[in-house]
Amino acid sequence: MVEKADQIFVLLQHWLVSFLPAAWQHAAAVLLGVVAIIAVYPTLFALAVLMERKGLGRMQNRYGPNRVGPYGILQPVADGIKSLTKEDIVPFRADGLVHFVAPLVLVVAVFMGFAVLPMGRNMVLVDMDASLLFFFAMGASTELSVFMAGWSSRNKYSLLGAMRAVAQMISYEVPLLLSSVVIVMMTGSLSLERMVEAQNHYTGIFPHWFVFTPWGLAGFAMFVIASMAETNRSPFDLPEGESELVAGYFTEYSGFKFALFFLGEYVGMFGIAGLGATLFLGGWSAPFSFLTWVPSWIWFFAKVEIWICFFIWVRGTLPRLRQDQLMNFAWKFVLPMTLVNLVDAAVWRFMGEGWLRWVVCSAIVLAAYVLMGRVGMRREHLGPRSYRYAE
Amino acid sequence: MSFAFWAVTALTVAGGLAAVTLKNLVHCALAVSVAFAGLAMLFLQLDAQFAGFAQILVYIGAVAILVVFAILLTRNADTPKEGGVFSRTWLAGLVVAAAVFAVLGWAVLAGAKGLPNEAAAPAVTVQQIGQALMGRYVLPLEIVALLLTSALIGAVIVAMHEAVNEKGGAK
Repeated sequence: MVEKADQIFVLLQHWLVSFLPAAWQHAAAVLLGVVAIIAVYPTLFALAVLMERKGLGRMQNRYGPNRVGPYGILQPVADGIKSLTKEDIVPFRADGLVHFVAPLVLVVAVFMGFAVLPMGRNMVLVDMDASLLFFFAMGASTELSVFMAGWSSRNKYSLLGAMRAVAQMISYEVPLLLSSVVIVMMTGSLSLERMVEAQNHYTGIFPHWFVFTPWGLAGFAMFVIASMAETNRSPFDLPEGESELVAGYFTEYSGFKFALFFLGEYVGMFGIAGLGATLFLGGWSAPFSFLTWVPSWIWFFAKVEIWICFFIWVRGTLPRLRQDQLMNFAWKFVLPMTLVNLVDAAVWRFMGEGWLRWVVCSAIVLAAYVLMGRVGMRREHLGPRSYRYAE
Repeated sequence: MSFAFWAVTALTVAGGLAAVTLKNLVHCALAVSVAFAGLAMLFLQLDAQFAGFAQILVYIGAVAILVVFAILLTRNADTPKEGGVFSRTWLAGLVVAAAVFAVLGWAVLAGAKGLPNEAAAPAVTVQQIGQALMGRYVLPLEIVALLLTSALIGAVIVAMHEAVNEKGGAK
């Protein structure tokens, strides 16, 4: 019974495919998976947009949208109808073909990333040997679409926003990749399925998730920071800073193309949250050994939703980083920390089992963090905080 | 030589041709990204997963962006070249290109006789690539790392000197 609930989508897929002749069954199974992904993630996107507006509103001491439907639940429906029926304005001097293709490239690249995420036991769309590399390759393609959007609008503000966005995305791509390489090192494989299987063991009631090790925790922190910067989320959202650049590279887009960009950004957030959950939080494995009767796909989506809530929480809390602060942070702090993390993971691996390696590896990570923080701040000449109030 | 192969080849060649014949430089950069994507798909058809995805990650994700930044930061990409995009010595260029292609083709075909006679493409896992890089090819790996480090240091020095010159000029 528990097995059936866990594998319910796989069984459903097999049942639906069994109506077709044997030659078409494999292709039909893959097609069903694709249709399921395309149906599920935009629904989650609608929920995430609602959660964001209500959540941000509450954090900023105001109600979010509360007119459409009870407590504003139907707001995404209203947003969808609005964006579908708005006039599609393309600037006269804009580059027509590139302006049209940019949101398409973004949405396609972002959805391709879901092909390799293991969303439950036996629920990967494509099980490849190098699936992590595939995911990062698709993430890299989104940068090109951002640039295309900004440049084709023939608008100085859009171009500036696009350049900032691309510079930020390139800078944070290196820490993102390096903090995932630690997981690759410890698992010995680039395949996301192997990584989840490596984390699916329990000592007592506690799981072997990588986030519960010193190098895993450091890698997780850096992955969260880099993923917030990759998807242009606050506090790294200067490229689409609403108070600086109108809407950055989105400025000249209206109607459905803007909705596609918005969809692409949020679905990208889901993708990278899914990857982070797979790499560090154990993918579809349950948090305690007595909870393994809950279906695996529930755990995966729960972890993704927790990530999204965390992103929204950080957006409502932290102020925006300036462009040079952002880039300094990436190159001078996060990147050296990821390299130290690699050394740390190697030390862990070669020290053998026991409590000593926990102490040594935690000490290395903490010492590196404190030292680099202090050395980096020495140039800032920050005195004690002083407050001035209006009289 | 399936239909997929011919379709991807057509895409790659079209991208390459567009990259050299379009007037707008940024369009050329985007067309060359399409050619890179076509190459990656050819790698994937040959079951070389690592090479294909690394091609997308490095070429489209970094090299194409670099080309685009270089175009935008150094020249006005809007004005097309006067007198068209073809140079006046195009016949000499064509002859040289054909000669280079002939030499490369001869080298590849002559070397194909020395390959082991395999019916299907070998399935190379990433682990085998890693072991080869760390075992047999470790010297080229280290030399490439040295080359990249020197290029990085050179780039930083060039950028730093410009900042120093600007400050000197402003005073």
